[in-house]
Amino acid sequence: MPFGLLKYGLARTYPGKNLFGKARPLKQSYDVVIIGAGGHGAACAYYLAKEHGITNVAVLDKGYLGGGNTARNTAVLRSNYLTEAGVAFYKASLELYKSLSNELDLNIMFEQRGQLTLAHSDAAVRNLRWRAEVNQHLGVRSELMFNDEIAKMLPHLRMDADARYPILAGLWHADGGTARHDAVVWGYAKEAAARGVEFHQLTEATGIDIADGKVTGVRTTRGDISCGKVIQAVAGSSSVVGNMAGIKLPIHTFPLQAMVTQPYKPLLEPHVSSPHHHVYIHQTSRGEFVIGGGSDPYPLYNTRATLPMREVLSAAVLELFPFLGEARVMRQWAGITDMTPDYSPIMGESPVQNYYLDAGWGTWGFKATPISGMTMAELVATDRVPELIAPFSLDRFYRFEQVNEAGATAASH
Amino acid sequence: MKTLLCPLNGLRNIDEFIYGGEYHAEPDRKQADRKAWAEHVFFDTNSAGVVAEWWCHTPSSYWFLVDRDTVTDQVISTYPFSIDPVEK
Ligand SMILES: Cc1cc2nc3c(=O)[nH]c(=O)nc-3n(C[C@H](O)[C@H](O)[C@H](O)COP(=O)(O)OP(=O)(O)OC[C@H]3O[C@@H](n4cnc5c(N)ncnc54)[C@H](O)[C@@H]3O)c2cc1C
Repeated sequence: MPFGLLKYGLARTYPGKNLFGKARPLKQSYDVVIIGAGGHGAACAYYLAKEHGITNVAVLDKGYLGGGNTARNTAVLRSNYLTEAGVAFYKASLELYKSLSNELDLNIMFEQRGQLTLAHSDAAVRNLRWRAEVNQHLGVRSELMFNDEIAKMLPHLRMDADARYPILAGLWHADGGTARHDAVVWGYAKEAAARGVEFHQLTEATGIDIADGKVTGVRTTRGDISCGKVIQAVAGSSSVVGNMAGIKLPIHTFPLQAMVTQPYKPLLEPHVSSPHHHVYIHQTSRGEFVIGGGSDPYPLYNTRATLPMREVLSAAVLELFPFLGEARVMRQWAGITDMTPDYSPIMGESPVQNYYLDAGWGTWGFKATPISGMTMAELVATDRVPELIAPFSLDRFYRFEQVNEAGATAASH
Repeated sequence: MKTLLCPLNGLRNIDEFIYGGEYHAEPDRKQADRKAWAEHVFFDTNSAGVVAEWWCHTPSSYWFLVDRDTVTDQVISTYPFSIDPVEK
């Protein structure tokens, strides 16, 4: 047994290193306040400090670091979207993921085992062809795959022609993968804290001070702060926090649930998703099957898990992998997601000067953590909207120029 | 929420209903500009609290209104559209 471990076990005080800075009082003023210490808030803080030298920054969270959707997602990373804006953006994020373990000096367990999206109707096959074309054009590895190849790759997948909804084809996305979600936020927070950024947990933003259309401060449960700029990155609380700044958003808040089975030996290599059955599944490196699907049927600000959703997910996944009929479900949980009408995020400037939005991440925002952090930091530091996120501005809804990713997102994440 | 009291059909299983969005009055068709329409179509208050919303009993295609708490998931009341939810 390693000696260090024995010493650790016998130690009276917790010998672990504090990576995120000690708890301390809030200062009266910061250059930048970030509301929400999820992956997005932490990544933004990191890039502000590293790329732009802005370190007088406080990241506030009403709960604990990374305890929101960052802790609850199913960690799917992919860039096989449909619109050029979407593909270019998520592709850039995946590129950052590739070197993130080195950059943050923490193993984020990034794995690219690929993703297969199944089509069970002619219309869906057409949609997958379309995505493959757009993806290839932009340098993303996506191609149409037919049943003989699918059966070879996935011997456990039920391919019966007499199934209620037989599989007709799939979109093979070799770039698809997963990463350890907690490690991503911890890594960003650790490196941001090392550069002087302050993380304040159990600090809820309760109000936004605005003077002459310009943000001047944030009120919190631990006192008021004055600041130059504010970024809200609060996922499921986007409308609630936006409302504090008088900003109405095109967002509806729904729970999204997922569940995980007992561990098995490795037998499913890629991530498999069936938009038709509203289900997706992959096997983690620990062996558990992670199963997720569509949002709850109506809006709610609540993270309860429900029996009907467990039944829906189970029935759907058994259509694809009948052997899971024997599997036990170990855990089921929910996160609160901020859904936009076009399944694309809302990023950039807001009607309030110096108040920036990183919202509308719905069921798909974990994969965007690095690139959203990087682009939001650039926007805040330079006051220029980076090209990659220009299509995602709030005012696209006033221009009726939505970035429609509904078909490339539902039940794929 | 396992059941819902339909003003037309009485207490029914929740599976018989679909959610139809937050209630707000339509803008004045003669006067509304693009901005007003965009806000009507896309933007909602989306509050955490009691909200008036549309629901439909699908077997009978009957649309009605529900005041529901979006944090506790408790239904406060259900009522036909003929009653204006603002003045109720
Ligand atoms: C079940 C499930 C599965 C998902 N699967 C995937 C997937 O496979 N792939 C993918 O890309 N995405 C997925 N997502 C979506 C993804 O999890 C989110 O889009 C992403 O994590 C959002 O990150 P964030 O940092 O913006 O939000 P969060 O991690 O939720 O952080 C927001 C933080 O803001 C804090 N906060 C809220 N209000 C306040 C306030 N007033 N004051 C201070 N702090 C506040 C919260 O406490 C929270 O910690 C999934 C989501 C769920 C729920």
